[in-house]
Amino acid sequence: MSDIVLETRDLVKHFPLTQGILFKKQIGAVRAVDGINLQLRRGETLGVVGESGCGKSTLARMLVGLETPTSGDLFVQGRNMSRVSATERRRGRRNIQLVMQDPYTSLNPRMTVGDIVGEPFEVHPDVLPKSRRRARVQELLELVGLNPDHINRYPHQFSGGQRQRIGIARALALNPEIILCDEPVSALDVSIQAQVINLLEKLQKELGLSYIFIAHDLSVVRHIADRVAVMYLGKIVEIGNEDQIYDNPTHPYTQALLSAVPVPDPKLRGLRDQIVLTGDVPSPANPPSGCRFRTRCWKAQDICAQQEPALAVREKSAHPSACHFAEVRDVVHAHE
Amino acid sequence: MSTDVNVKLDALPGLDPNAMPLQVKDLHVEFRTRIGTARAVNGVSFDLRPGETRAILGESGCGKSVTAQAIMGILDSPPGFVTGGQILYRGVDLLKLPEAQRRKVRANRIAMIFQDALSALNPVFTVGFQLGELFRKHRGMSRAEGKARAVELLDLVRIPAAKQRVNDYPHQFSGGMRQRVMIAMALALDPEVLIADEPTTALDVTVQAQIMALLAELQRERNMSLLLITHDMGVVADVADRISVMYAGRVIEEAPVGDIYETPAHPYTKGLLESIPRLDLKGQELAAIKGLPPALTNIPKGCAFNPRCRYAQDVCRQDPPPPLYQVSPYRTAACHFWKEVKADV
Repeated sequence: MSDIVLETRDLVKHFPLTQGILFKKQIGAVRAVDGINLQLRRGETLGVVGESGCGKSTLARMLVGLETPTSGDLFVQGRNMSRVSATERRRGRRNIQLVMQDPYTSLNPRMTVGDIVGEPFEVHPDVLPKSRRRARVQELLELVGLNPDHINRYPHQFSGGQRQRIGIARALALNPEIILCDEPVSALDVSIQAQVINLLEKLQKELGLSYIFIAHDLSVVRHIADRVAVMYLGKIVEIGNEDQIYDNPTHPYTQALLSAVPVPDPKLRGLRDQIVLTGDVPSPANPPSGCRFRTRCWKAQDICAQQEPALAVREKSAHPSACHFAEVRDVVHAHE
Repeated sequence: MSTDVNVKLDALPGLDPNAMPLQVKDLHVEFRTRIGTARAVNGVSFDLRPGETRAILGESGCGKSVTAQAIMGILDSPPGFVTGGQILYRGVDLLKLPEAQRRKVRANRIAMIFQDALSALNPVFTVGFQLGELFRKHRGMSRAEGKARAVELLDLVRIPAAKQRVNDYPHQFSGGMRQRVMIAMALALDPEVLIADEPTTALDVTVQAQIMALLAELQRERNMSLLLITHDMGVVADVADRISVMYAGRVIEEAPVGDIYETPAHPYTKGLLESIPRLDLKGQELAAIKGLPPALTNIPKGCAFNPRCRYAQDVCRQDPPPPLYQVSPYRTAACHFWKEVKADV
């Protein structure tokens, strides 16, 4: 088997905008995800960062099959998921599971923890015979650091961090190889956040999992990710190893994003080269021509409006960067 | 121009222009609910100097927002009750003022901005009308005058095309712009104290940077005191002068910003700082604080943090809870073992 467990080629998702009630006609589209090429290697953690509305959650939903791509291909372990039969697609989904952001709405309040964590076996009954499921659920609860005796409790009897552990146990039920974490810790307090991050890292080591870790918190992503992709308005603008993106960012958006993160060290106050962007993210229903970031970019020239920069290695960028003027800039983000 | 309400405010009994703009002394707030009494704030004290930024740092349920609501007098009551303490504005105890006078202090002298601007603004009135309302009610201006002032305010918070946008409704603004409208509203009557309750938590980082920069600039221009309520250690490091860290309804550590980050003297503060992912510790486990914060209906005996604390001894499990020890002339910490904690690297 190859080393690449998941790959997307030109993955696109457009949501149609319609007008009229009886005779609907399409008047445009929200271009939520607009051509994403990604590769996930075995055992690695790929971080995906970006602000709200950049399409990172839509991307996640497509990867796990909750959303059908408008066009493009998704390969899970070498198989093109849009070309295989429905049965096989279903089988393929076992390998890629989702941990959701909000531990309060992603668990059914009327189901016990045992039913929640065991539900994947109802959908995929051939994985484990009924007689062994309860024991397996208890094993999973123990694996994520919950008391297996609490199998008959309901979600409201747990705290936010514990609920997120239940969500993780559910994702692990079918022994997947890939776990997609969509903002798994952003709803949690800092002290609880660290517990859940430690758990995710421990599980990765023990079970050899590959993670796609979607988050807006750049310091959390830096801690957990091996490689990082930065998204803006449905596109990846820069991708590289964790240290390439954080220490040598070459795309202006990445630089602005990194410089905007407050650093928990008062000694660095005023020393940072902070880039404060003007304006808001444009609407994905009507993105700017050429480079999508040009309306907020301080480097923008005529060429940026005419020609869309490709995500490629450039003269002054050792890793792929989608900017005509890609160049390293030290943003003094990291302390030490 | 009509009468200025400030004239009447000067007549507040006991007003001392040289006293601190805000001083909270031993504040207690509790919520009486069916399942028991939740002691949300248990003896919180701090002060705010002119032009200073004080951060109140803590996690969900530590009582930081309730403290802010008590200062503003907007606590949901019942179930919430202020059961003790003083809230002094320039020496005047706001808790003893009649509601009519308190309303004048609010917005005129002490104003507040909230986390969620969409639900804090009225969806059925234009922002111009809502901003103008302040001038109509508090300054007795006409509608036209109020609207003209609203345009000035939107300009002040750098909303482009203020003349047109003043006629827009809140839903027509983006998240960052809405937060600017709320800042404009809070600053309308030129308050001395601004309370910001998680002002940027709902915003993206690039927008957060814009809003914090704007707040800092307006604060400097007006020499306003800012009480920043937040859980974000990064934002605090960037803007605060002094910090009060809260846990289970108490201030457990109070210090100038540099000291807290360099040598935390309370195990909880230390734990919070260690929970943040750091570059030099990549690949290592994060030093998480074990366990959970206590339920406010059932706060542990002694130090509320003792079940989660690695320094805890028998004395920590017994009442009374540790007092605020003087760590240096400028800082205090409520831990019996602050010397060990502070010396520990």
